[in-house]
Amino acid sequence: MVEEKKRKLISAFVLLSGILGVLYALYLDLFYRESPIRGALLGIGLLLILFGVYLYPVKKRQRIVNVLFLLPLLAAFFITVFIPFIFGIFYSFTNWNGIKFTKFVGFDNYIRMFQAPDYLYSLLITFIFTVLNMTTVNVMAFALALLCTSGAKGKNVYRASFFLPNLIGGIVLGYVWQFIFNKVFPSMVEGSLSMLTNPNLALFAILIVSTWQYAGYIMMIYVTGLQSVPRDILEAAGVDGAGRLKTLIYMKLPMIANTFTVCIFLTLVNSFKQFDLNFAITNGAPSRILGSKAIASTEFLALNIYNTAIAKNQYAIGQTKAVVFFVILAMVSLTQVYFSKKKEVEL
Amino acid sequence: MSKRKITGFVMELFAIFLSLIVLSPFLLVLFNSAKKSADIVISPIALPNNWGQLLTNLSNVIHNQNFSYFKSFQSSLFITAVSLVFLTVLSSMSAWVLVRNKSRWSDVIFMVFVAAMVIPFQVVMLPLLSTFRGLSDFLGIRLLSSYTGIIIAYLGFGGSMSVFILHGFIKGIPRELEEAAWIDGCSPEGTFFRVVFPLLKPVQMTVLILNGIWIWNDYLLPSLMLGLNGRIKTLPVAVSSFVGSYVKQWDLILAAAFLAMIPIVILFLCAQKQIIQGLVEGAIK
Repeated sequence: MVEEKKRKLISAFVLLSGILGVLYALYLDLFYRESPIRGALLGIGLLLILFGVYLYPVKKRQRIVNVLFLLPLLAAFFITVFIPFIFGIFYSFTNWNGIKFTKFVGFDNYIRMFQAPDYLYSLLITFIFTVLNMTTVNVMAFALALLCTSGAKGKNVYRASFFLPNLIGGIVLGYVWQFIFNKVFPSMVEGSLSMLTNPNLALFAILIVSTWQYAGYIMMIYVTGLQSVPRDILEAAGVDGAGRLKTLIYMKLPMIANTFTVCIFLTLVNSFKQFDLNFAITNGAPSRILGSKAIASTEFLALNIYNTAIAKNQYAIGQTKAVVFFVILAMVSLTQVYFSKKKEVEL
Repeated sequence: MSKRKITGFVMELFAIFLSLIVLSPFLLVLFNSAKKSADIVISPIALPNNWGQLLTNLSNVIHNQNFSYFKSFQSSLFITAVSLVFLTVLSSMSAWVLVRNKSRWSDVIFMVFVAAMVIPFQVVMLPLLSTFRGLSDFLGIRLLSSYTGIIIAYLGFGGSMSVFILHGFIKGIPRELEEAAWIDGCSPEGTFFRVVFPLLKPVQMTVLILNGIWIWNDYLLPSLMLGLNGRIKTLPVAVSSFVGSYVKQWDLILAAAFLAMIPIVILFLCAQKQIIQGLVEGAIK
């Protein structure tokens, strides 16, 4: 009993000093007293309050612990994702300049955006890239997965080397490949120009690097899928006289249908969000003349958003493009959920 | 039988050939980091004739003001390590609370986390900067171009997926273990840290690897929050600002790329199995 009273007292003391600290920091803040200790005082005050709550003796401690356990991550999540997300949607209806906005413009940003040829072009080129990249990555990855599960002797070494590019950041790899396209390839073929100077070939160049970087990762997912096919079923098929190709088409493929769904959606979303390689290899160059306007020929949506806001300083338009970007991705994810739910019902 | 052997041999050769093609960009980086600028112009695919040049180029790059390798390496390491520690511990705590206390609130919070995984960085990056600027002014704690701010940002962005992965795993842990600890007089927080937390190791490994690779290689978030030429630079940002200031000096750029790649390559060689497994499991969940 004495123990509990003592604890209550300590808890109350800690709580009180925490509250005082926070209040004093807020006072300094609200009355514009610049003080170097303001931030530290506020932080320590908040910690003391949490600690005081933690010390407070009650019967149902579980509740307090629950709140304290959730609070730090939720707070970080709120200030980095939730609040910026809500503000972001809100800003897309204003003339926001990155710092403040002066008026609401309704759907003006959306209308202006869809009338800009560079955005429409970027949308188109991103869709083209996404479809191409999804196809090449999955075809390559599946072929590599078959190679790596076929009982080759050095399969672990092959797997590791196919997987390695995926671990290095797209920025660094992008610069390396810029070197390869600008110096190495032209030196191998006499008199040829760099692929990066031609709008169509530049897109193809990004596709090569993206496939090279990503196929090894998707390959490992296919490998995991292929290895989960039970051995005895395959052996039974072999006894019944099914050849390699037949077991692949009629046994393995249907059994790893789920893996295909995962890989296709994963590559779809990641190709659509491609930024690092795009930024480091071409940064939108070379330009292409459409109508009478020069348009960056390899600027995907993510880079277009970045350049609109950061390079051209048009924050409201950039944010509006980002909202549309989000809506497209959300629709893709909903389709994926729908597909996997449907599969579950069938099973 | 012999036909099978021949097919096997051809397959083996083909696989070796493919691996070499896939690895060739890395070899090109190594070769050309060991050449003088003029030698690269003559032939970028020839073997270097003097490997000593590699050290000269590397030391030039390391001591370069724009790159400052050791400083940016330290910054990257510090940001990644601290974010990972907080991320793993805090998301384990949150996931445990969300699984073990079924209520309307826990469902809502979990749904918000799951929904947030769809949100691309692009849609929050611009308001994030203004929110953090506002918060810095209000709280008097520096959040932009500071370690505190970027670590909080990684907690927020990595948290939702980490909670999602851990949530799935904790659901499979029998409740009886915790009840036994509770009956023995263990406090709720003690039950979590002594009983549940050690059981989470395998999934925490996945969470660590998945987030670690992402944070280490991330470019957009640090470039926006720390600035391209701020006082803190992560490795990808340093490489990018180095490339910007030494346009077309490929010997130096490739040496910088070499230095930026080497830590991950070494890590991969040491913990290959765990890294591949971690990344694959993260994708399937």
